Amino acid sequence: MSAVATRPAPADEDAVREILRGVADPEIPAISIVDLGMVERIEVGPDRIEVELLPTFVGCPAQELIRSTVIDALAPLGRPTVVGFSFRVPWTSDRITDIGRRRLTAAGFAPPADPAAVRCPYCGSSQVVMDSAFGPTQCRSLFYCRGCRQPFEGFKVL
Amino acid sequence: MTVVRFAPSTSTALAELLLSMADDEFVIGFSDSEWTGIAPILEEDVAMSSIAQDELGHAKALYELLASVHNDGRDADALAYDREPEAYRHARLLDHRRGDWALAIARRFLYDTADAARLASIGDGWPPLGELIAKIRREERYHVMHALAWADRLARAGGEARERFVAALEALAPDAPTVLATPEGEAALLEAGILTRPMSAAFEGWRTEVAGILVPLGITLRLEAPADAAAARTGHSDDFRWLWGEFTSVRRSDPGATW
Repeated sequence: MSAVATRPAPADEDAVREILRGVADPEIPAISIVDLGMVERIEVGPDRIEVELLPTFVGCPAQELIRSTVIDALAPLGRPTVVGFSFRVPWTSDRITDIGRRRLTAAGFAPPADPAAVRCPYCGSSQVVMDSAFGPTQCRSLFYCRGCRQPFEGFKVL
Repeated sequence: MTVVRFAPSTSTALAELLLSMADDEFVIGFSDSEWTGIAPILEEDVAMSSIAQDELGHAKALYELLASVHNDGRDADALAYDREPEAYRHARLLDHRRGDWALAIARRFLYDTADAARLASIGDGWPPLGELIAKIRREERYHVMHALAWADRLARAGGEARERFVAALEALAPDAPTVLATPEGEAALLEAGILTRPMSAAFEGWRTEVAGILVPLGITLRLEAPADAAAARTGHSDDFRWLWGEFTSVRRSDPGATW
């Protein structure tokens, strides 16, 4: 059939993943959902694209915003996108990529680490204390650096 | 959505289990959110709010699973909000009003440790639940650490802090075991691998654990085996009816609205 000719630009998993590298975490815009390790599965079919995401936290309120952002970002591929959240595989903080860890540090967030291994993202000092395991979002804890006397936030180990 | 293929009696028992767990997380989440803005120190304002947010998220995920079991068109919000107070199945431990900070910590300590014992009793007989619980347990670990740190701090503080904390523990002790009340249809849940041990075993393990924490702090708590869930999770207090009025007020103000 001639339907083949009317299909939009070819899309494959890599193309989708590349686009998703531009979808930021709404709570930490420095890092993409790919580098956060949220993208578990991408399936590109002739009629639709399926993206399976793993929530960082069960109750993360950013889920609906991430879903709609992903759908909008993939719209140029010209077929409907279905975004599902699942717990089939538990998201853990070691799914954050090396690029993601560097971007977190550059944005002033200590990447997830055992409390003894946490370094100040501003000055690199190891003279840091955890003030509270709970921070302004579910995935972050509060720290204080005795080296440069700055409070900072760190990603929870999960 | 997930298709459930269990015998009707197992499905009924699964629905009751999901409802009790979801209601527990929902009610304690809402109760603790009352501390937002008025906790004793800023860090605790943030911590209690974050913990409450976690619990409400767990409740939502559990209500969604329950919705898939019922499969009657009611979604998580309908299950959470569109019931009369008598239809909630949270444990009696969560029927107490906010009280002071010592009571809030005593309740969190008793609930978080008991909830951990319950979560450790859930198997993968129904994979959607097993997968969700594996994820939830990673988050609840932080709640337990928080509760233990505060229990230790208040107990060792001496003076009024310790007095209030011990009094709160004693006030809650008769109701604390209700979290681990034997659910209806437990035999079917064990048979299906949805539970891996009876709740009575979880209760014994929890009681030993609590004693292991409190006795070194010079506190002896009497925790007696709970009545079954039919008794331990019904007949709620006026305090809960007040809380229900609070958490349903927005929903009732404009039924059917999309927020």
